[in-house]
Amino acid sequence: MSATQEIDLTGLKCPMPIVRLSKLMKQLDAGQEIAAVANDPAFCLDVEAWCNKTGHELIQINQTDERLTAVIRKKHEGK
Amino acid sequence: MNQAVQEYSPELLGALTERVEALEEQAAAAPRSDKLSMVVFSGELDKLLAAFVIATGAAACGMKVSMFFTFWATAALKKEGPQAKGKSLVEKMFGWMLPGGFGKRKLSKMEMGGVGRWMMTREMAKKNVASLAELVEAADELGVRISICEMSMSLMGIRQEELLDYSDIGCCGVASFLDDASSSNTTLFI
Repeated sequence: MSATQEIDLTGLKCPMPIVRLSKLMKQLDAGQEIAAVANDPAFCLDVEAWCNKTGHELIQINQTDERLTAVIRKKHEGK
Repeated sequence: MNQAVQEYSPELLGALTERVEALEEQAAAAPRSDKLSMVVFSGELDKLLAAFVIATGAAACGMKVSMFFTFWATAALKKEGPQAKGKSLVEKMFGWMLPGGFGKRKLSKMEMGGVGRWMMTREMAKKNVASLAELVEAADELGVRISICEMSMSLMGIRQEELLDYSDIGCCGVASFLDDASSSNTTLFI
């Protein structure tokens, strides 16, 4: 499996973090992982809701000071 | 209760069980509609921002999104620039009163003769909040459908060639919107 992709979403405000995230996700293969870094306070809840809605797996959330890193694994089609 | 029914009529219970099983199968096979249909009625900046934030967010969440523009919102879909030729006087007046272009959209509150809008757009840029133009571009990339009420367009004398550049844009009637809306699980009026 290829290495975890990273995406910098810092500075972006709602809804742009999930818009960017969904764009990148489309380019990945099933099972591949993304580490998204953001500092939008809404992103913490939004990334959870986004994963819930799209079916991608939220593996972990790390909050440090004002930054939040979310690791998401792309779902397999048809799931 | 079950036992009483079974004793009373095993055939009936068997038939009912079969029907329930058939319905369960049907429900499992039916595609889950994950669709958002919006009526965008207002042409003001703040309401359009809300509409496009929700539309792009929903599309990013994998929902199928269609926006139905009617009345004052139709003017928001016009490009900036001179009006199309061959309009009647009243149609031209509509064009002067309702100019196209995202920069011409007023706020529904605190507009204050343009001062409020200027402060709002400056603050949005400072805080890196996406502008209306950026949101419309994102909506286009995400495949959000924009349909425009044909009646509003002809009433206000808006011509096809005056509309902004957008991939999935077209005119339609109320039946098309209702067809979309009735198969959606989320509908909004903005």
